[in-house]
Amino acid sequence: MTTPSMAQRAANGPVLRLKEITKRFGPVTANEDVSFDLFPGEVIALLGENGAGKTTLMNILFGQYTADAGEVELFGATLPPGAPRAALDGGVGMVHQHFTLADNLTVWENITLGVEPLFQMRLNSSAARARIRSLSERFHLKVDPNAKVGRLTVGERQRVEILKALYRDARILILDEPTAVLTPQESDALFATLREAIGQGLSVIFISHKLHEVMAISDRVLVLRHGRLVAERRTAQTSRDELASLMVGADVKPARFAPNAAGPALLQLQGVSTPDNGAAPRLRNVTLDLAAGQITGLAGVSGNGQAALSDLISGLITTQSGQIRIHGREIGAWSPRKAVDAGIARIPEDRHKTGTIADFDLTENAILETYSTRFARRGWLDWRAARQFAKDLIATYDVRCPGPDTRIRLLSGGNMQKLILGRVLELAPDIILANQPVRGLDIGAVTYVHEQLAKARARGAAVLLISEDLDEIMQLSDVIHVISEGRLSPGFPRGSQQPEDLGAWMAGHGFDTMTAEGPHAP
Amino acid sequence: MRLEPIAAPSWQRRLIPPAAAILATFVIAALLAQIAGGNPFSIFGLILSGALGSKFAILETLNRATPLIFTGLAVAVAFRAKLWNIGAEAQLYAGAVVTVVLGTGALALPAPLLLPLLALAAMVAGAGLLLGPALLKTRLGVDEVVTTLLFNFIFLLFVSYLLEGPLKDPMGMGWPKSPRLNPEARLPRVVDGLRLHWGFALALISAVAIWLINTRTTLGYEMRAVGQNAEAAQFAGIPVTKVILKTALLSGGLAGLAGYSEVAGLKGALTLDLSPGFGYTGIVVAMLALLHPIGVVFAALFVAAIFVGADSMSRAAGVPSYLADIMLASALLLMVLAILLSKFRLRRD
Repeated sequence: MTTPSMAQRAANGPVLRLKEITKRFGPVTANEDVSFDLFPGEVIALLGENGAGKTTLMNILFGQYTADAGEVELFGATLPPGAPRAALDGGVGMVHQHFTLADNLTVWENITLGVEPLFQMRLNSSAARARIRSLSERFHLKVDPNAKVGRLTVGERQRVEILKALYRDARILILDEPTAVLTPQESDALFATLREAIGQGLSVIFISHKLHEVMAISDRVLVLRHGRLVAERRTAQTSRDELASLMVGADVKPARFAPNAAGPALLQLQGVSTPDNGAAPRLRNVTLDLAAGQITGLAGVSGNGQAALSDLISGLITTQSGQIRIHGREIGAWSPRKAVDAGIARIPEDRHKTGTIADFDLTENAILETYSTRFARRGWLDWRAARQFAKDLIATYDVRCPGPDTRIRLLSGGNMQKLILGRVLELAPDIILANQPVRGLDIGAVTYVHEQLAKARARGAAVLLISEDLDEIMQLSDVIHVISEGRLSPGFPRGSQQPEDLGAWMAGHGFDTMTAEGPHAP
Repeated sequence: MRLEPIAAPSWQRRLIPPAAAILATFVIAALLAQIAGGNPFSIFGLILSGALGSKFAILETLNRATPLIFTGLAVAVAFRAKLWNIGAEAQLYAGAVVTVVLGTGALALPAPLLLPLLALAAMVAGAGLLLGPALLKTRLGVDEVVTTLLFNFIFLLFVSYLLEGPLKDPMGMGWPKSPRLNPEARLPRVVDGLRLHWGFALALISAVAIWLINTRTTLGYEMRAVGQNAEAAQFAGIPVTKVILKTALLSGGLAGLAGYSEVAGLKGALTLDLSPGFGYTGIVVAMLALLHPIGVVFAALFVAAIFVGADSMSRAAGVPSYLADIMLASALLLMVLAILLSKFRLRRD
């Protein structure tokens, strides 16, 4: 990686300077006394758990929030607080975790929107498109300027966001969890782009909690904990282990569980296919046993039928052919309600959209699945019991929040996930479906979630863990299946396969040699 | 200038903007009254005394508020579940038609039996009318705004046909008017000799009942969950389609009660001018009340007072009573703005 020498930097002076930033939201301190400098051609990684204050800090820098104290200096000039236009005009571009693009407009329209007056935008469209093309070549950001954004993949949309910033002559790029939504290949492409950008003198602030990425891309690492800057390291002089322990404030041990004897199969799919809905891949003749006391890992590249399997077990869709048995008995009519009643704990992939109701408080979210069975008598809700239940969950599962009456949208992802975990695990379920349970969580929360799954396994629950992170699957699973284009591989016992072997299955090899009646070893 | 969301609005933040919206409404009305040639202060005095200045005026306001409470509740219940019922007007007429059909002799029962039965029938009629659009929405994804709105016109033409044909009063000297209800089918007055009928009490009871449903029952919880995030509700096992249909039945039923109360309590017969747009004004009432059922009562009283007061002001001061419509329209727009301001903070760049 080409980075200017220290001497060069000192000569140029910082492009961005945060001075003693403090921000409070009511009783919660999001940032306290945070100061740092960013130099030209430098990549700073901002590392911290969920709720450590990374996003708030960037929002202050970008003028979305106003700091209670402290100031931001951009190229030597102090920014007026709370003015996004000022940061934008000053050459700061932010790529948010959740994109801010208009689906019904084309790529070039999205990029020029807000930069050029509307009429000029139309008149100069060919010039704009040419400029976008040259930018996308220069920075390896492959995307068609005339494509409608609604048709693009997530990775392409991110490229549009970056192009948007570059088009506005951004000298500083802020990327908030840029790889959370990307495939490994897309992440690699993003890193190539970032290297190109810093080579041309841009500076980057990279917000992440994926340690290997931070190690790969950054020059310096700033660690935030509980809103304070607790450590600053040169990347070359630190290690993943050190960063991990700085982040959570303790040494993190990867979760590894002793082998457990497999019990009877609690949930069985036999030759199951799901209907073709045109969009996501369907399941094709899938046979799967979830045994008691085991974590069954489902590996696979995103979008290969994981959603169909998860929706099926969640009760959202039904089979087209094949049987589902729970405790050996074939299920009849199938719905989310039936799945809950059958004792299936479901941890959905998207906590914000499917797992919780943002404007409901913690109590209301805690009883979402059980309001009618546990907290109601003849149609009347027992709010006192519900509130107590929520309080118990908050205490037992360490949900950090002001109280059960807080709207859940105010919680960080990790705390939201803890509430969802508590909500389903309190019912001591036999069968647990965990779909990407740690996506977007910090190390502390990841460890916590994994421990909870291990605890459930220890008391004899059958756990299905769906994840795109092969390390996670290999660390936790007793049995691993691979899914590819809706087909399921045989179950591989832990330790029997190398990552490369699983990778071959993920790429679609090996399925053709399986017997017709399903993936029981050939 | 831009808006910044407020995480947890204080009670001042939630109360002051709506209050300011009401105040601004009066300022706008004062300016318009001035332009129309009246003295703003005397005009407000006339509106106030016209709405609340005498026993007669107060009763008139309460009577006018009654159907608005019902339609306001109908809209509030539906909107909370994001079921956009714009058809309370038609549902009101459906309730009125059924009341007239059954109350003019088809059911020969004593009043204590007949009155509840008529109320129930009117609810069923109103509910039935909204069930169609709700089924179209849940089964085929047809936008209920369009269906319920257009159904208002269809149903009003249907009522017009009934009043010219099957339901026409033979003794009505050719007017498009139904026969009068039998005496047993009339809602008695609260106090003998005063024009206020028991429909008003029924409206208040309905408001309290809806409040209880919203806050204490599983149905209320389900309706809110579906309204806030149908996907999460579905995933959690809440039967979303069923909840939407139940919401539709409740909402349509409340609007049907408005028709029942107007016919059985006030008019005694069905005419085409039974409702001067109570169904539409119900939307204003519900929005002013921020969809809160108890708030609906107060919003309906406020709206009714302005209408009744403006009528009497117009007679006394010669300023057109359209002032009332303008006041309501500006109250609604300003209230929408106030709701925004109670949730967001205005920042100057």
